[in-house]
Amino acid sequence: MELFDHTLSDLHELLHKQEVTVTDLVKESFKRIKEVDDKVGAFLLLNEENAMAQAKKLDEQLSEGKADPSEILFGLPVGIKDNMMTLGMKTTAASQILDNFEPVYNATAVEKLIDANTITVGKLNMDEFAMGSSNENSSYKLCRNPWDLSRVPGGSSGGSAAAVASGQVPFTLGSDTGGSIREPAAFCGVVGLKPTYGRVSRYGLIAFASSLDQIGPITRTVEDNAYVMQKIAGHDHRDSTSVDKPVPDYLKALTGDIKGMKIGVPKEFLAAGVEDGVKARIKEALAKLEELGATCEEVSLPHSKYALPAYYILSSSEASANLARFDGIRYGVRKEENELLQTYKKTRSEGFGDEVKRRIMLGTFALSSGYYDAYYTKAQKVRTLVKEDFEDLFLQYDVLIGPTTPTVPFKIGENVEDPLTMYVNDILTNLMNLAGVPAISVPCGQADGLPVGLQIIGKHFDEETVYKVAHAFEQATDHHKMKPEL
Amino acid sequence: MSFETVIGLEVHVELKTNSKIFCGCSTEFGAPPNTHTCPVCLGHPGVLPVLNKQAVDFAMKASMALNCDINRLTKFDRKNYFYPDNPKAYQISQFDKPVGENGWIEIEVNGEKKKIGITRLHLEEDAGKLTHAEGEGYSLVDYNRVGTPLVEIVSEPDIRSPEEAYAYLEKLKAIMQYTEVSDCKMEEGSLRCDANVSLRPKGQKEFGTKTELKNLNSFTHVQKGLEYEEKRQEKDLLNGVKILQETRRWDDAGKKTILMRVKEGSDDYRYFPEPDLENLYINDEWIERVRESIPELPDARQKRYIKKLGLPEYDAKVLTQQKAMSDFFEEGLELDGPPKQLSNWLMGEVSAYLNQNGKEITEVPLTPDGLVKMIQLIEKGTISSKIAKKVFKELIEKGGDPEKIVKDKGLVQISDEGEIRQMVVKTLDENPQSVDDYKNGKDKAIGFLVGQIMKASKGKANPQVVNKLLVEEIKQR
Repeated sequence: MELFDHTLSDLHELLHKQEVTVTDLVKESFKRIKEVDDKVGAFLLLNEENAMAQAKKLDEQLSEGKADPSEILFGLPVGIKDNMMTLGMKTTAASQILDNFEPVYNATAVEKLIDANTITVGKLNMDEFAMGSSNENSSYKLCRNPWDLSRVPGGSSGGSAAAVASGQVPFTLGSDTGGSIREPAAFCGVVGLKPTYGRVSRYGLIAFASSLDQIGPITRTVEDNAYVMQKIAGHDHRDSTSVDKPVPDYLKALTGDIKGMKIGVPKEFLAAGVEDGVKARIKEALAKLEELGATCEEVSLPHSKYALPAYYILSSSEASANLARFDGIRYGVRKEENELLQTYKKTRSEGFGDEVKRRIMLGTFALSSGYYDAYYTKAQKVRTLVKEDFEDLFLQYDVLIGPTTPTVPFKIGENVEDPLTMYVNDILTNLMNLAGVPAISVPCGQADGLPVGLQIIGKHFDEETVYKVAHAFEQATDHHKMKPEL
Repeated sequence: MSFETVIGLEVHVELKTNSKIFCGCSTEFGAPPNTHTCPVCLGHPGVLPVLNKQAVDFAMKASMALNCDINRLTKFDRKNYFYPDNPKAYQISQFDKPVGENGWIEIEVNGEKKKIGITRLHLEEDAGKLTHAEGEGYSLVDYNRVGTPLVEIVSEPDIRSPEEAYAYLEKLKAIMQYTEVSDCKMEEGSLRCDANVSLRPKGQKEFGTKTELKNLNSFTHVQKGLEYEEKRQEKDLLNGVKILQETRRWDDAGKKTILMRVKEGSDDYRYFPEPDLENLYINDEWIERVRESIPELPDARQKRYIKKLGLPEYDAKVLTQQKAMSDFFEEGLELDGPPKQLSNWLMGEVSAYLNQNGKEITEVPLTPDGLVKMIQLIEKGTISSKIAKKVFKELIEKGGDPEKIVKDKGLVQISDEGEIRQMVVKTLDENPQSVDDYKNGKDKAIGFLVGQIMKASKGKANPQVVNKLLVEEIKQR
């Protein structure tokens, strides 16, 4: 058994029983990175020297009895997606335009982990500016699926999911704008939560689409996920869209008891386009949940068919403004020309990759005078309808369940020529970003030897029920114990 | 053919909150470049705006003082454009739900009162300041100003002459200063004005093509620029030259407007709702709280000065034009200063001194207490009005207590008849010719004699006593 096969609470116990040291854990992480990451490509930057120094300090605290025993995450190594500000570590969002960018502050979620005495081992690969579903849009390097290195790990948090799946770190942070935590979690056979919009501070997360972005944990188990979430959730006065609501004790929700729970299964989630192998695993999972005492009923999200175009219009519109600040004037890579306008053009033409430019153009077009009502306004209306669809269903059902993705991980290069095919990968996930509701992806077995993710969707701010169902399912199955061989 | 001028003004006023509108940085003017900055106002990746509630209070206060309706649902929008003074490449502004709408202010030109409509007042963030190094091929940016809260106040095209534009700006500035939402210092850029002007044949309803005037650094420049533009457009129209939609700037040295660029269509700023800020709902309680903080405004003060203090309309208008002046007057009243005398001094000697030295009343050592005490010394006859001018000079330049100044400088008026009679007799003895002249009907001679006596007394003799005794003494000769 490898060290990182342990759950976070087990690692915590080993530390406090002094069976392992923080240094052991950090060393294990770097050892594993050196063994496998040449193949996987999860990390963009390693923080080895600082991490080792910090581990030493924490070991002293531990041996002097100064470590708070209730702090489960104390001394645990973590990887951070490279779109979150990390003081002392370059933050690039996997883009050339930020190739030289040294942040001057920590993202709130990162700061909270630092406060809990976790150790950041490095920054994780991703699609450039979180735009993509395969991690193929990283301007630095490919990230590969640990289950099959010829396949994609999913995106945009591909590095975050692949690093956990390949045992390089016990947990990571990702971000999810249209499925960017859940899809790679599903593809890599790990657990990934997109929290309710407003539950985790976005301060310090490089904005892609401000009204959709959320940071969330990627872990091996649901319990691990809840521990991390417990730490990063909560109101932040620096983020006006973060909600000032008490954070419940997520661990208490993990009772395993889902008797009498009502589960809605949107028929649109199992419609054409979803691979048979995926459908089969989902149906088995539903049967398992009924076995545990829940009832499953087919339901409908009638406006889901409009969600995908609405999502791409809204997210691209916001992105076109959010990415405008990358102009080479104050920070980042500048491609100097004789005139201001030429400097802007060259900096941005050379600094951004094709997909990023495509979305900036799409969003700029959608917001333009004369087109705004037909695109942006209409997409906002769809968003309201999608949200109402969810609210209606949640009057009757505790959670909604379906697959996370329509397919198993596809081959690297398979979809790169056709952006639209790539966009369709989000079809089962971006609705939840439009509605702002929480959703988790948990492993539910394999199809063709590749992981399949079960998606569990909850009411606004009801991560507890999402975790409860996910945990009950996980504990009743062995899917989470499967590991890729590398 | 005769034309009617149509003017609309867009005024930007910086709000004097302690901190910026979306971060905690100071808004202090004049700090070394880029010292009042943080990741938020510098537009670093990942930062988010947090709205300064005081800026909203001030915008509401200004809106109410301008008789605007307050929108119960107000929101922020992104205005997109690239420029190095705009770190996020979008300005957070308000598009379709400004804080205030549908207001008006009253102006008076040549004794005629008129209401000028206010279309809207919205809240936004200021940009940074660019300094172009002439001929050096680079520009410097100071981001201290970026994020300073601004309100943009847009007037209806109700203004019909450059004089009206001037009066509108004076009134607007007074209201902003009375409500204490802004210093309105044009030289520091805390008040900035753009003017739209067009001409149309008298009686025509449709507006003519307008030009936009920029670089208007004072109210006088606004008036002059509009006057120039009025004439230029009239000449072109009479010559059959088409007016183009242009942006022009006022060149004060050349006393003319200069073309900056011709506008083709309108700029597309791709406004959309700012997703990082929640909609702002303003309830009755909030409105009432702000309404209660609005002090007496210039129009109300003016009326009070006329009705309660019996000041002439002219005095009341001049005194209330600037809050600082009016506040000085108010303090003088509280110290039992006689209203008309106070008003005379403020409008006369005080204003003359301030104008001459280019200073504000708050920038000189003169205090209401000093001025009132000096006026009281005149009323008691301790000093003459002539001597008062000497005391005043001391007070406005160095400050101090008028009684002490009078004593230290030996400026007390001589009213003692014995002492003055001696001077009179001596002067008459020395000037027999003037005595004769007077007796022969040359009234002017008496003025000369008075002058001689005042000179002998170093100005301290009480002129009334001098006159009385002089007539008595001459009669005896």
